[in-house]
Amino acid sequence: MTPALKGFLLLATLKMLVVFTVLMVGVALLTLMERKVSAWMQNRRGPNRVGWAGLLQPAADGVKNILKEETIPAEASRTLFMLAPMMAFIPAMMLSAVIPWAAPLPVTFDFTLPMLGQFTHDGLLPFAVADLPIGFLFVLAISSLGVYGIALAGWSSNNKYSLLGGLRSSAQMISYEVAMGMSLIPVLLLSGNVSFGAIIAEQQTGLWFVLPLFLSFFVFLIAGLAETNRLPFDLPEAESELVAGYHSEYSAMKFSMFPIAEYANIVTVCAMIVTLFFGGWDIPFTRWDQTGGVLQTVLTGLVMFLKVLFWIFFVMWIRWSLPRFRYDQLMALGWKVMLPLALGYIVVTTLAVYGIEHGLGVEGVRLKMLLLFALNVVLAYGVFFGLDRGHIVVGSYRQDSTSLPEAPLEVTNP
Amino acid sequence: MLKAYVPILVLIAFVVLNAVGMMALSHVLSSYRQTPVKLAPYESGIPVLGDARERFSVKFYLVAMLFIIFDIETVFMIPWAVAVRQLSDRAGMLIIEMFAFILILAVGYVYIWKRGALEWD
Repeated sequence: MTPALKGFLLLATLKMLVVFTVLMVGVALLTLMERKVSAWMQNRRGPNRVGWAGLLQPAADGVKNILKEETIPAEASRTLFMLAPMMAFIPAMMLSAVIPWAAPLPVTFDFTLPMLGQFTHDGLLPFAVADLPIGFLFVLAISSLGVYGIALAGWSSNNKYSLLGGLRSSAQMISYEVAMGMSLIPVLLLSGNVSFGAIIAEQQTGLWFVLPLFLSFFVFLIAGLAETNRLPFDLPEAESELVAGYHSEYSAMKFSMFPIAEYANIVTVCAMIVTLFFGGWDIPFTRWDQTGGVLQTVLTGLVMFLKVLFWIFFVMWIRWSLPRFRYDQLMALGWKVMLPLALGYIVVTTLAVYGIEHGLGVEGVRLKMLLLFALNVVLAYGVFFGLDRGHIVVGSYRQDSTSLPEAPLEVTNP
Repeated sequence: MLKAYVPILVLIAFVVLNAVGMMALSHVLSSYRQTPVKLAPYESGIPVLGDARERFSVKFYLVAMLFIIFDIETVFMIPWAVAVRQLSDRAGMLIIEMFAFILILAVGYVYIWKRGALEWD
């Protein structure tokens, strides 16, 4: 091994440990945040007994989960039952590896350790565990593996509630994955690269993609909520009908791995929203954050953190704002609204980008994106008008036309 | 180029170790006082009726098949989208090709919609 490779591996391992630790602690704190936010929105206090303002509640929960009695149902398939939580946990934890959390930092060192030899590093250090040239595809690929854990957990428990929860969840996740994948094609049309670094750079020179690609963002946000099984799409664990869905039979640490995976997925989805549509670690209206340096890295990291935190809060906010879908509505929304919307939007964006570049001959990136933004305002108005009036989501409130009276009932005043 | 993927391998090993370690820790530390009733499937407290290994709605298979069709479409579109941007002088031809592809899929989409594959009853 060359000294440069050893230096690279050393830094990669350090970054991995930091990101993993922050993610695990962050997930623990998110459970607290979820309960606190829920409490505020319902005008109560939330957990406030363990530690200062309930800050140690996640630690208490963790200890309790480790010490709880483990049960494996007698009829369950033991191997799959044990394997399922790990299969949900592992992809969820790997997803955040490719997200760039801050601006690259120039790092130069050269030192020699006894036994291990010389370590060197020279150049920009990307703040992602693995700065893959295909980061975008990695997220799409690994995020679809999460469905295995859930489907297996549901099936192996040999419980009817779990089975239904697992089935519903897998059908829901694969349905919305189609819309999710398609909603990201316009992002690639504008950036022309599948690495997160290039996508962020394109947003720095132009505009944040939420403006020129607003409908993509809209579809991605909804598909992201559905992929993470959050309300209003939490049918898999609809507690009023399925007890706890696919993890009804799980207890102790095997149970808590599902919530850990779920929260880690929420973090990743929010980080994806920020990276793809809100400029990643970009600080708006400034250029100096692109030059590289310790101050830039710290500040861009902070900005990224705040952006991600806002979207996590948004997800929790949605939870207490919208009621749960019915299952046929959920599938109708995914297949009959989101999929055609994403597909049509690809066509429109392609034509618009081609027309602006070749027809109008616009050169400036920013002007091009502003024109796309104007187009999006018009499109979004049309789409939301249609969605709001039920003109498009006809399939989602299945009315049996035969059972309706021919003429509206007339109310006569006495 | 391949060097960038080494941290992913390290990460896989680390995450798997963590997952196994957490389950093992919980397995060692937990107390066991198990009864046949506790190990029976949970059915809201009533005696268990039958088995969960039953046949389930064929709808779910249909959704999985449709998913594969449209997901592969997405897989084709990703390299195309990158190419359109990067080969800007040949973009017109690329766009016509992809639109022909999308048109064929749109016909299929309308067909499955009209055949009722997207309905949940």
